[in-house]
Amino acid sequence: MKQPLITCSGAGFGYENFDVVTDVTMEILPGDYIGVVGENGAGKSTFIKGLLGLLKPTSGTIHVADELKKTGIGYLPQQTAAQKDFPATVWEVVLSGTLSRTGYRPFYSRKEKELAELNMERLGITDLRKKCYRDLSGGQKQRVLIARALCATEQLLILDEPITGLDPSAAQEFYQVVRKLNREEGVAILMVSHDIQNMVRQADRILHLKQKVLFCGSVEEYRKSPLGKQFLGGGEE
Amino acid sequence: MSLISEMLSYPFLVRALTGGILVSLCAALLGVSLVLKRYSMIGDGLSHVSFGALSVAIAFGWSPLQVSIPVVVIAAFFLLRITENGKIKSDAAIAVISASALALGITVTALTTGMTTDVSSYMFGSILAMSREDVILAAVLSVVVLFLFIFFYHKVFAVTFDESFARATGVRVSWYHILFAVLTAVTIVLGMRMMGAMLISSLIIFPALTAMRLFKSFRGVIIAAGAVSVICFCLGMVISYRISTPAGASVVLVNLAVFLICTAVQAIRGR
Repeated sequence: MKQPLITCSGAGFGYENFDVVTDVTMEILPGDYIGVVGENGAGKSTFIKGLLGLLKPTSGTIHVADELKKTGIGYLPQQTAAQKDFPATVWEVVLSGTLSRTGYRPFYSRKEKELAELNMERLGITDLRKKCYRDLSGGQKQRVLIARALCATEQLLILDEPITGLDPSAAQEFYQVVRKLNREEGVAILMVSHDIQNMVRQADRILHLKQKVLFCGSVEEYRKSPLGKQFLGGGEE
Repeated sequence: MSLISEMLSYPFLVRALTGGILVSLCAALLGVSLVLKRYSMIGDGLSHVSFGALSVAIAFGWSPLQVSIPVVVIAAFFLLRITENGKIKSDAAIAVISASALALGITVTALTTGMTTDVSSYMFGSILAMSREDVILAAVLSVVVLFLFIFFYHKVFAVTFDESFARATGVRVSWYHILFAVLTAVTIVLGMRMMGAMLISSLIIFPALTAMRLFKSFRGVIIAAGAVSVICFCLGMVISYRISTPAGASVVLVNLAVFLICTAVQAIRGR
């Protein structure tokens, strides 16, 4: 029996006296590939903030495995405007993923540098090392950010709308990279996406949110469920 | 060379140069982070708040630094906060706060001491403004800023580049915000009297922009910004001494010239 990485039981998340999502019960197991879907304002981003520990649960509990607590969770945030012209080399960005491993030590050790090298190789961006982040294409940027997230942890990647702004072929390539990490290296994935069609193709499990959990289960069950049919039907004509 | 040794023979100029070099270094380092995080206008807003606080302090005969530093720190904290929340448009909020502070300062001065040369020197800076106390404070400030950028460099990078990721990996981001707010506030209060309330924000913004034209790595930009800032400051002071122009304005014009040259260099290289 695999120990869950994160367990939510009846958890609610929100701001001050206003709950955005309530009563979420789910767990993330090692090697999972979970797609989080739902309409705009359904509380997907809030839920993710809760998982990352940026928001405290307003009700229920959330339990994070000890090994994840140490390194933090590999997180791919939505891109911000400031990052578009940020002067930083790919190497600097990837290396910053190991930050949680340094603790109070002010400099990176050889071990952290090797980890960054390794992850750049895994994602095929070693030759971009000295390139400036702002000069990269959208797909390359995402690879850099995945490499950075993997430097934080091998266990779980949380991706927030990662394909926004990617052209279709870059998006497909991105899905392949993520799937390879999941299938071959056992990295658990939790991805928020609007791209429901690709989500049911890629993920193993679907979590459908709308202020609460509307559905949580395998992709097959989701396809058969009335909710899934309705949500998928619109786009599949 | 003789020009420089001649300049160094005046104690007030030595103070202005040491204080100024230290302040421009701090402003440039903090500036890179502020500009990249889209907080450039905060420097401008804070300098006006600082002007208001200073005028009030002078009018009531209080010590200028002891009044303006806490006031500006609070304002800095507040401005960073509203920028984060995003509820009020932050550029509008900054404009409102800076205009109000300026108006308050001018009114208080007019009612008490009257519009004297003092007020004009706060607006546009005065080379005589650096006291011994200021230089010591500037030295302390630069030690703190350098310490931060050397020993917490990677965390500063992480927070500047991607706050959400930094938070998720356990960096205490809000602590960095507070630190940046305090350091920026002190830098502005110190630099303002020499550079002038209207001009001090250029010390924060120009070196960062210039360095971003030249370098592609964060480390390169940080180091270049510091160097550019100090060099421009010294050049500006020499010019100011030589042809008797106001110090603050000269420094800003040198910064502008260097920025334009670097932009041209970048354009030629990019082709």
